[in-house]
Amino acid sequence: MMVSSRKLPFRAALKRYRNQYLLVAPFAIVFFLFTVLPVLAAIGLSFTSFNMTSAPSFVGLVNYVTLIVEDDVFLTALKNTLVFALLTGPLSYIMCFLFAWLINELPRIPRALMTLVFYAPSISGNVYLVWKLIFSSDTYGWANAWLMKLGITREAILWLTTEAYIMPILIVVQLWMSLGVSFLSFIAGLQTVDKAMYEAGAVEGIKNRWQELWYITLPAMKPQLMFGAVMQITSSFAVSQISLDLVGFPSVNYAGHTIMTHLHDYGNLRYEMGYACTIAVVLFLIMLFCNILVQKLLRKLG
Amino acid sequence: MAKKKTRQPAARHGLITALRNRKLKRRRSLAVDILLFILLAAFGIFSLFPLIFTVVNAFKPMSEIFIFPPKLTVDNPTLNNFYDLGFILESFDVPMSRYIFNTAVITGLGTLGTVLLGSMAAFALAKYEFPGSKMMSSLIVYALMFSASVTAIPNYLIMTYLGLVDTYWAVILTAVGGTLGLYLMKNFIVGIPDSLIEAATIDGANEFTIYWKIIMPLCKPAWITLIILSFQQMWGTTGGVFIYSEELKPVSYVLSQLVSGGIARTGVSSAVSLIMMTVPVVVFVISQSNVLETMSTSGMKD
Repeated sequence: MMVSSRKLPFRAALKRYRNQYLLVAPFAIVFFLFTVLPVLAAIGLSFTSFNMTSAPSFVGLVNYVTLIVEDDVFLTALKNTLVFALLTGPLSYIMCFLFAWLINELPRIPRALMTLVFYAPSISGNVYLVWKLIFSSDTYGWANAWLMKLGITREAILWLTTEAYIMPILIVVQLWMSLGVSFLSFIAGLQTVDKAMYEAGAVEGIKNRWQELWYITLPAMKPQLMFGAVMQITSSFAVSQISLDLVGFPSVNYAGHTIMTHLHDYGNLRYEMGYACTIAVVLFLIMLFCNILVQKLLRKLG
Repeated sequence: MAKKKTRQPAARHGLITALRNRKLKRRRSLAVDILLFILLAAFGIFSLFPLIFTVVNAFKPMSEIFIFPPKLTVDNPTLNNFYDLGFILESFDVPMSRYIFNTAVITGLGTLGTVLLGSMAAFALAKYEFPGSKMMSSLIVYALMFSASVTAIPNYLIMTYLGLVDTYWAVILTAVGGTLGLYLMKNFIVGIPDSLIEAATIDGANEFTIYWKIIMPLCKPAWITLIILSFQQMWGTTGGVFIYSEELKPVSYVLSQLVSGGIARTGVSSAVSLIMMTVPVVVFVISQSNVLETMSTSGMKD
């Protein structure tokens, strides 16, 4: 089946694999236009000044210099995004695996039920807005009501408008919604680990569940673990909607400001497209760099 | 080949019987079991609490929403919030049926496009090697490493240039150009034995016939999964900057507008959120086994 295709002249290849190219072509065209081209366009436009009313004018590295040297708000956004991603990325990844692993030992029906319980927040649309009620600033908010009822605090806390609380709340909400595709991937992967491996492991002297996890389960799950890492890293860097909806824009003292909300500010509100593209390119590079780094690390571990 | 395959399970079976007694000795401490169960239960409650809170609030009369401290039960359940929601929606210029129609078109075409274009390309890339196929496969994995929201601005500019802004196509094509669906589909198809394709080729079937008659029926779990994931994504889309005409906006836009725009009071917002989350959750429950079968092949090899 897999005939070597090397050293075939372009036209001959086109003729020989005509059907294969025809099968790939419709997707390839859409993929190129709306996934690849936007990346190239972002890189190109990041070297220009462009406000959509006149043609883009080339400005060289000015946008990049401004972004890093002059834009203090961007540095805040960068710091917030890194703190946010470095906490929620690994934590959500561990949670996805831990809960998938624990659920895996349950009988079929409870397992399906628990899968739904953990997965539901990630597919429930804007239900996360309920956190706004939980952390509401008045005494009708859950957090305030119970803290006051139990006598821990005496006055209502302004959760969503106090600098110190904004980031922790966003992290909690993100973790709450983060058991998504990777979680499903891990559950499915655990189901396919060969049972005989565990039995063989018992003979080989595996003493407890932790050794079993380390020597059998994790190596067998490596492909899913790598896929899950990509999904969690990408989503933890892309956070913006929950920040915009829960703590508003701009958030108090930019405490909930991320690179994505900075991008939203320049792209959707100020129409400074050249500068917005510079922000997009920086975020794109950070995401890609982290993903490739983690993939390399995971590959070395196994 | 065939002989080898029949022998292996028999040997494995022998091993299992031999080890049955030892298996029972696998050491598990009760204390750790209890601790892990508590952890599972605690996070289960954390995961469920906001969802239950939303459901309960949707049925609370106004008098019960504002009591101190807030309760997770409802004494006099009412459907008033839903009636109020209907009343608000009726007062809009664009009838609700139009928004539902928009969502149906976007979800329908987007899902169809993702499944059809994705599976065609996935089949060609999974089962044949031709000039450019490897590059395409790795581009697809790289595309998983950044989120489409990063390149939303250049994507918007491209859509403007192609005259697609403010049409359904802007939302549909952006979704079809994503690679998660194709990636999952491709991994699933790799698992289908090559011998089936070889046999069909000998019988004179071309690549299109093989795709439609052999591959598609065999990867039913995969395309059901793609339908679900694509549905979840399309159901949640608000059209963002791509659609600005009121009469082309999807349901999610109107509903989230009601919640975040402060038009609706707490009770009605909860009713909205309940509707928003019920649809994808029900769809997932129905399709859970298919989704998990596909996810078991989601891993990233080498």
